[in-house]
Amino acid sequence: MVGITSYGAYVPLYRLDRMVIFSAIGWAAPAAPQPGEKAVANYDEDSISMGVAAAVDCLNGFDREKIEGLYLATTTSPYKERQGAGIIATALDLRPDIRTADFTDSLKAGTIALNSAIDAIKGGSAKNVMVVATDCRLGAGAGLAEQAFGDGAAALLLGEKGVIASLEGSYSITADLVDVWRSDVDTFVRTWEDRFIRDEGYMKFIPEAASKLMAKYSLSPTDFAKVAFYGPDIRTHGAIARQMKLTPEQIQDPLLTTVGNTGAASPLMMLVAALEDAKPGDKILVVSYGNGSDALYFQVTDAIEKARDRRAIKKHLASKKQLTSYEKYARFRETLPIELTGRAQAPTASMSALWREHRGVTALVGSKCKKCGTPQYQAQRICSKPDCRAIDQMEPYRFSDKKARLFTYTGDNLAFSADPPAVYGMVNFEGGGRSIFDVTDCVLEELKVDMPMEMSFRRMFRNEAQGVSNYWWKAAPPRG
Amino acid sequence: MTTKGIKDKVAIVGMGCTKFGELWDKGVQDLMVEAYVEALADAGIEPKDIQAAWQGNLYEYTAVSAIPTATTLKLDFIPVTRVENMCASGSEALRGACYAVAAGVYDICLALGVEKLKDAGYGGLPAGSGGAGVGPNATAPGMFAMMATRYFSVYGLSPEEGKRALAHISSKSHHNGTLSPKAHLKREISEDDIMRAPIIAWPLGLFDCCGVSDGSAAAIVVRADMAKNFRPDPVYVKSLQIAVSSGEEAGYTDWNYTNVESTYHAGIKAYAEAGIKNPREEVSMMETHDCFSITELVNYEDLQISPRGGAKEDIMSGFYDLDGQVPCQPDGGLKCFGHPIGASGLRMMYEMYKQLQGKADARQIKDPKVGLTHNLGGVPPRCVCSVCIVGL
Repeated sequence: MVGITSYGAYVPLYRLDRMVIFSAIGWAAPAAPQPGEKAVANYDEDSISMGVAAAVDCLNGFDREKIEGLYLATTTSPYKERQGAGIIATALDLRPDIRTADFTDSLKAGTIALNSAIDAIKGGSAKNVMVVATDCRLGAGAGLAEQAFGDGAAALLLGEKGVIASLEGSYSITADLVDVWRSDVDTFVRTWEDRFIRDEGYMKFIPEAASKLMAKYSLSPTDFAKVAFYGPDIRTHGAIARQMKLTPEQIQDPLLTTVGNTGAASPLMMLVAALEDAKPGDKILVVSYGNGSDALYFQVTDAIEKARDRRAIKKHLASKKQLTSYEKYARFRETLPIELTGRAQAPTASMSALWREHRGVTALVGSKCKKCGTPQYQAQRICSKPDCRAIDQMEPYRFSDKKARLFTYTGDNLAFSADPPAVYGMVNFEGGGRSIFDVTDCVLEELKVDMPMEMSFRRMFRNEAQGVSNYWWKAAPPRG
Repeated sequence: MTTKGIKDKVAIVGMGCTKFGELWDKGVQDLMVEAYVEALADAGIEPKDIQAAWQGNLYEYTAVSAIPTATTLKLDFIPVTRVENMCASGSEALRGACYAVAAGVYDICLALGVEKLKDAGYGGLPAGSGGAGVGPNATAPGMFAMMATRYFSVYGLSPEEGKRALAHISSKSHHNGTLSPKAHLKREISEDDIMRAPIIAWPLGLFDCCGVSDGSAAAIVVRADMAKNFRPDPVYVKSLQIAVSSGEEAGYTDWNYTNVESTYHAGIKAYAEAGIKNPREEVSMMETHDCFSITELVNYEDLQISPRGGAKEDIMSGFYDLDGQVPCQPDGGLKCFGHPIGASGLRMMYEMYKQLQGKADARQIKDPKVGLTHNLGGVPPRCVCSVCIVGL
C-alpha cells in the first residue's frame, strides 16, 4: 500500500481582513469586497520558508534519515535557477543522497508532485518522499486577485509503511488554456476575462477530472466523504460545487475566507484539513486546477488515529494576529517602496562561505562535544565549556528542532527592519547551547525573559544587487 | 600564572586630545595632527625624538595599516604599527607603546588613537557584515540593551527602577560634560528627561546611549627612570591589562548576561599588577567604557567597586558623581565625548592624566592618587576589555 504517512501545514501568523484592503484601495476599481480574511506571510517569509515550516510540522518526529526524496511544488520560488527543493531539504537537514525536484509553473504543481512522489515509491526508487506545496502569489493593487490570494503551505510524507491514507487512483487532464499567467518577469498575475475562465476553465476541467476518475474506478459522488477541489474565490468555488452535485457535508472547506487562495498549495492544504477530520474508511477526492486538472482519490486507513498531533491547518488557523493596515501588508510584500537609509543596505552574501557553512547556516547544525556533551552553536573546533576545552572532539548537533527559551531580549529601533523595532534576543536551547537570534512573529511588549521559543526558518534579507535571498533561523513564540 | 608586569616601568609625559564631535570640516589628517602636536608640545619633545609608534582605529575608511599615520605625521622611517581591537583599539595602541618601552627596546614612543565616524552617511556606528551573510539583525545598542533586560530581571528591578538608576548615570555624565571644553555634548539632562526619551533599543533610550563623533587622542610614553627629565609631574603606569572573551559566554550557558566577563578578568589582573587590594577604597577616580548606561552600571560591579547587584544603591547615593567617593567619567565619558572608536581609550587616559596633574579645571577632583581607565570592545558575549591604572 502506498500513500500518505504524515501530513503538516503552515499558515502564517498574520491575517488581513479583506475590508481593510477594500477600504484602502477599493476606490480604485469596481471589484466588490470579498468576505473574510486572508493569511499574509510576514516580511521575512516567502514560499521557501513557509514550505520549511509545513515540512517541520509534517516531520513530527519522523526519522529524517529515512527520507529519500523531497519534491517542492510552487509557482513563487524566489529563484529561477537555484532549486527550491534543495534549500528546503538542506534546511530540514535531510541526507544529501536524495532526489529533489521543483514542480512549478502551474497551479496543479502540488498534485503533480504528489503523483510523481507516489510513482517514485511505486517504482521502487524511494521508500519515503516528502512533498511540499507552498505559494505566496501577488495580485496587483485593487484587483480581485489581491483580495483573493493568501499565503500558505502544506507538506505530505508519502511512503509504504504506516500509511494513513492510501492513494487509490488518479486522473489527469492537460490543457494549454491561458487564463491566469505570469511571464518570466511579472510580479503580479495577469488574467483573461473572468467569465471565460469560469465557463471554459474551472467549470469544465474540475468536474471533468472528477467525473472521469469516478468512471475509471466505478465510483459515484456519494462514495466520497470529502471532495477537496480548487476554487479561485468563494463564488466560483460554490458554482463548481453545484456543478459537481455535492452535498454541503461533502465539500471540503476551501479555506478561502480564512487563508485565501494559496495557488499550488491550495489542494494540498485542503487535503491536510480533510485528513485532520477524517475517519478510517473515508474516501477523499482531491481535484487541482491549472492548465488542466489532476484528480486523486485517497482512502483513509485505521492509522489515521495515530497522526493527530500536528498544528496542520486547525491550530495554525486558531493562532493569528490581525494586520490592521493595508500599507503594512504592502510593505511586507515589497510592493510599496520605503525610504532606506545607509544602514538598510542588505549585506553581501559570500556563496563560498555559505557553501562551506551550509549545514550550520541553513540547517542550524552546530556541534556537540563528545567529551563533555555540551551542545554549541555555531559549531566549534575547541569546546566552549571552561573545564573541558577538548580539541576536535565534536559531532554535528542540530538545534532547529530543539525547544528553547528566551534568555534576554531587546527591541532595537536603530537596526534596520521592515517591521521595526528589530526584535532579537539570546536564546538558550533545552539540552544546552545558546545563540543570539532575531525573534519574529511577536510584538516586543509580549516578550518576557524565560518564555518558550521555537526555531523558525526565515528569509534574513534579499540583496537585490546580488539577486540573492538569504535564509537563516529565527526564534518565535510557539504557535499554540 | 604570575608575570613581572610593567608597574612603574613606563611613564606618560605628554598627551594630546582633539575636541570631539561631528567634525564635518576635519578629516583623519586634521584629527591626527591636532592630537599629535598637542602631545609633542606637552612632553616638550621634537618629532625626531619618537623611536616607534602605535596607532589604533577600527574602521578601514579611517585607516588601514600604519601607513596613513606615518605619512600624515611624517614619522621618519621608524616602526609604526596599526592595531585594531574593536572599541579598545586606543588602549591597545597605548599597550603596544608601553610594553615596548617596558621591554627596554625603546625610550620614547607614541601612542595615537583616531576615528572618523561621521563620514558613514547615517547615525550610529557604521554597519558591516560578510561571510555567509547571516546573523542576527543586531546593533551595539541592542546587544547592550539585552544586558539591561537581563539585569532588571535577575535583580528584580521594574523597568522604572532600573531605568531610574541608568538615568542617574547618564545625568551625572551629562553634568560632567558641561565642564569639559573638549566634549561633544555639553548639556545638563535631567533624570526625568532621560527616562522620557525615545527608545533606541528597549529598555535603553536616547540618553542611555553615548554619542557618535570624530576625534583623536595621543600619548608620549617614556622610560620611568627618565620621566622627570621631561616634566615634574609625569604620570606612571601602574598596570595595563587586557582580557578577551574565551567564547564560553556566547557558547556555553553559564554566563548570565548581567555582567561582562572580560572586564572582570581584566580588572583582576590589573589590580594584581598595580598591587591594589581594595579597589573601592584605593581607586580615586575612573573613566570606564560607558558606551551605554547599562555598560557603566555593570562596570562598577565587574571592576569590584560595587558588589554584585549593588551598583544601583551606589549610583543613587551619588558614589560615582563628580563629588562622590569614586567619581566616574569626570570628563563626561563616552556619553558626552562620543565614541570615535580608536580614540576613546586614549581620551580616557587624557582625563586621568590631567586630573592627576591637577589640570582638570572646573571638574578637578580633589587630590586624586589612582586613576583607572577601562575600555571595552565588542559586545557583552564577545568582547575585549582593557584596564589601565595610573598614578603619580
